[in-house]
Amino acid sequence: MDSISSPHAAPARSVLEGPDIARVLTRIAHEIVERAKGADDVVLLGIPTRGVFLARRLAAKLDAITGRSTQVGSLDITMYRDDLRLRPARTLGRTEIPADGVDGRLVVLVDDVLFSGRTIRAALDALGDIGRPRAVQLAVLVDRGHRELPIRADYVGKNLPTSLRETVRVQLDEEDGRDSVLLGVRETPAPGE
Amino acid sequence: MKRHLISAADLTRDDAVLILDTAEEMARVADRPIKKLPTLRGRTVVNLFFEDSTRTRISFEAAAKRLSADVINFSAKGSSVSKGESLKDTALTLEAMGADAVVIRHHDSGAPHRLATSGWIGGSVVNAGDGTHEHPTQALLDAFTMRRHLAGAPDGGPTRHGEPGDSSGRDLAGRRITVVGDILHSRVARSNVHLLTTLGAEVTLVAPPTLVPVGAGNWPCEISYDLDAVLPKSDAVMMLRVQRERMNAAFFPTEREYARRYGLDADRMARMPGHAIVMHPGPMNRGMEITAEVADSERCTAVEQVANGVSIRMAVLYLLLGGNEPAVGAPIARTEESK
Repeated sequence: MDSISSPHAAPARSVLEGPDIARVLTRIAHEIVERAKGADDVVLLGIPTRGVFLARRLAAKLDAITGRSTQVGSLDITMYRDDLRLRPARTLGRTEIPADGVDGRLVVLVDDVLFSGRTIRAALDALGDIGRPRAVQLAVLVDRGHRELPIRADYVGKNLPTSLRETVRVQLDEEDGRDSVLLGVRETPAPGE
Repeated sequence: MKRHLISAADLTRDDAVLILDTAEEMARVADRPIKKLPTLRGRTVVNLFFEDSTRTRISFEAAAKRLSADVINFSAKGSSVSKGESLKDTALTLEAMGADAVVIRHHDSGAPHRLATSGWIGGSVVNAGDGTHEHPTQALLDAFTMRRHLAGAPDGGPTRHGEPGDSSGRDLAGRRITVVGDILHSRVARSNVHLLTTLGAEVTLVAPPTLVPVGAGNWPCEISYDLDAVLPKSDAVMMLRVQRERMNAAFFPTEREYARRYGLDADRMARMPGHAIVMHPGPMNRGMEITAEVADSERCTAVEQVANGVSIRMAVLYLLLGGNEPAVGAPIARTEESK
């Protein structure tokens, strides 16, 4: 999840630009094919909002590598969050599961930033209500550390050691009009999401 | 969104679109093997029904259960109310049991408003129909059904009796909706006029003059006494039930005459535009306001409206209870169910 509490805190520094993000996704796509031995039964599920765009980009790269069409969808985790009662009711994202479902397949969850791990915990719960995959893996563009749950990523675009005072913000062309990962500083330290 | 849902007139266009969009996501849960979400775990929803209504009650019950809330059904028949308990004392009892939301159906107009503003209870109040006043969730599910059919095509136009489509983010701007029948006693008509107008639709009410309420001239809609003139320019025609139980005065000479002038039969349906749909909030009086042929045709969305009702009520309960609204008191005893 992108976590930015006050956008005007300090000038954000760009740590990944468009070409870097494209290279990183190409590498992750190759890693997925390698580990899944051909990626026949892979289903990519992006977590809204930006995880969905990353999943679609990864699917396009997998298509180019394998020559087959990769199953891609989205998995909204809003109603499985553990912090629903801390804020007003959130707007729901879209869940779109490919027609063949996820039973017996290798599901790769895709998100932009891995932080506390709570989003992925919620995603695993949501996935359990949809079907029973053969295995579940996790691909993230940025791993910024500070896990609060025993969760790790299988594919990491960039490990970004951060302090809790820093914010990591991913911008993607589809949503923000440009590709970049921005590292900023928030005014007051906040515990992980 | 406000804490309570009392009247469709309280909703802004953005509120209404948010509810419809949320319902669109909720509807997808119905297609899954596990039709349940953990979102309202540990919350209690009380269905407080002073008037018989099996379909609205089970719709709210299904919605609350799909969101994992605990549901307590309280019907006036055979309860302390039949022993003379007042609304206030019933409300205080529910408050003591820790109700996070009260879904109320009452034979008196204004009872939900009284419950919400009295300070008797701290939870959210959802109006499930009060007297001849309002029935906002019915209007929302009607608007949801219309939006899926009339704005569900990829270009935002009508689906022309194909599969109802995804119309997230859209409203009903410019759609012409005709509501036919017993406007006088219909809280469904009243709520629909408010909500559909908010969503940009043009509403026309058609009824015998005796069944149009005093003051309807000030509503944001047209009124007509001639169904045949209105049908060719309607995108959706909503037939209301003739409420025999409220017909304590002679509003029309005979049922046959009513059916001939204001009932929808196959001939009349053929005069509607090709993409137009027929709606009915149920329960239907076949042969009275709608013929069996029309009710069973693919253009009639009555059954779909029931399914959409669960999605809409899930959306309303989620938006009212899903966030950080203060939970009412401590979550104490949830034992006394009066099923």
